[in-house]
Amino acid sequence: MKRLWSWAALALGALYFLLPLIGTIEFSLRMRRGEYSLDAYRSVLSDAAFRQTFSYSVVMALLTIVLGVLIVVPTAYWVRLRLPRLRPVIEFITLLPLVIPAIVVVFGYIRLYNTSSILPLTGTASGTNLLLLCGYATLALPYMYRAVDTGLSTLDVRSLTEAAQSLGAGWTRIIGRLILPNVLGAVMSGAFLSFAIVIGEFTMAALLNRPAFGPYMQLLGANRAYEPAALAVIAFAVTWGCMGLMQLISRLFGTGMQAK
Amino acid sequence: MTRLNWNWLGVVPFFAFAALFLILPTMNIVIGAFRNPEGGFTLANLAGLASPRIVESFAISIKVSLASAVLGCLIGFAMAAAVVMGGLPGWIKAPLMTFSGVASNFAGVPLAFAFISTLGRVGLVTMLLRQWFGINIYAMGFNLLSFWGLTLTYLFFQIPLMILIITPALEGLKREWREAAEVLGASTFQYWRMVALPILFPSLLGTFALLFANSFGAVATAYALTGSSLSIVPIMLFAQIRGDVLQDPHLGYAMAFGMIVVTGLANLAYVVMRARAERWMR
Repeated sequence: MKRLWSWAALALGALYFLLPLIGTIEFSLRMRRGEYSLDAYRSVLSDAAFRQTFSYSVVMALLTIVLGVLIVVPTAYWVRLRLPRLRPVIEFITLLPLVIPAIVVVFGYIRLYNTSSILPLTGTASGTNLLLLCGYATLALPYMYRAVDTGLSTLDVRSLTEAAQSLGAGWTRIIGRLILPNVLGAVMSGAFLSFAIVIGEFTMAALLNRPAFGPYMQLLGANRAYEPAALAVIAFAVTWGCMGLMQLISRLFGTGMQAK
Repeated sequence: MTRLNWNWLGVVPFFAFAALFLILPTMNIVIGAFRNPEGGFTLANLAGLASPRIVESFAISIKVSLASAVLGCLIGFAMAAAVVMGGLPGWIKAPLMTFSGVASNFAGVPLAFAFISTLGRVGLVTMLLRQWFGINIYAMGFNLLSFWGLTLTYLFFQIPLMILIITPALEGLKREWREAAEVLGASTFQYWRMVALPILFPSLLGTFALLFANSFGAVATAYALTGSSLSIVPIMLFAQIRGDVLQDPHLGYAMAFGMIVVTGLANLAYVVMRARAERWMR
């Protein structure tokens, strides 16, 4: 009896989650009248704007990961080694992006970095790109920090550092050649999650007017019928790929984190 | 004589980054909410939030967030409980958790597309219901671009988030507690009402608050789904930032401040409840 209820709950849930996926795939194949075809995918993939915005977002996602690693790894390491009392403060700040909605943060950017401010980042395209990159790094901060901090907790940071120092290594060498390789698994799982978040991000890119994949998808959705479904399938595949790789890596390295 | 401590230098880059791209921008909005155009202190902007249009948008936002959080909690709990203690084969858990990890991150524009393809006017489920059962859900008053449509769509990332968070809590229920209750003659219902649910209650309430904040701040899904036809708070703020639709920049700051207050309170509730829940998890 109990098992029956369990199966029923699971089956209903599965139905809810599978139907939209099946619906999207089916819809994306409907472009040609009367038969299923890959026309919608062909149309999307041959669109120059798709390739431009998608590669823009891929580059932004990779840069976000680099910036995130540069900020998070040395900080998390240093705090564990020398400033353990600051840990709650740092942890609190890294969780703020989950509390403050992204739309409010980007609203602040537009006010703070407009053309008439001291730091007029939104005045130029490269300045706005930089601003968007920093915005993405803040979005990724909670996931990146938690992943790296979990990775560091499995190491004896103090002994490792003393050993390296007694062999004559400097700080950059210790962080780059000793700490980073040791938390690589954790860094990678944070990186894949960041990638999945950034690749389709809409709000920040749209409000900063950057040619990213998220605003492109939204625009296509407002104007076309079948291509958006094809895009949704592609986006789902990318998310699935990122999360799959993340799980694989955390299994390989034995450390890692849950999404959220 | 104490030696000067230079250790703090190591965290300067982090604090500089957080200040420039997280704290100062937010402070700027918050301060803007309490300023008049001349730069003096005022509460008029917050009072301006009481206009019917803005009150309405907060009301519908809170309603959607409440509905998707309540349903997300209930359904997610049912699914997690089915897998953890419902006597299902053990292999189901791993794929369910993996899928939840993916689905809780599958939000934004593509999610809206997926639901339009499924429950839109010519979506798969809409068409099949009409062809197979002669049920025209749109003639019956259903509309994807509405309160229930948005709630149904948000559930796609709310339920998995609930599953991810509540599964460890359910696994933390010790077998001894159940056995002790049974030895004392408790029925299954009594065990749940007097032992399991009180222990799980902080986790449930905390996750509920988290789900609430999660959907309250979501912009992209709603924008791609409804355009501007459903004026929830994030959508209205989006339009305000783009084109000052309220015709008062400071009212925009007040609205953004209102958003921070709502998500801030919800997250505070989550943190407090989580701390209480952890007492039982040791």
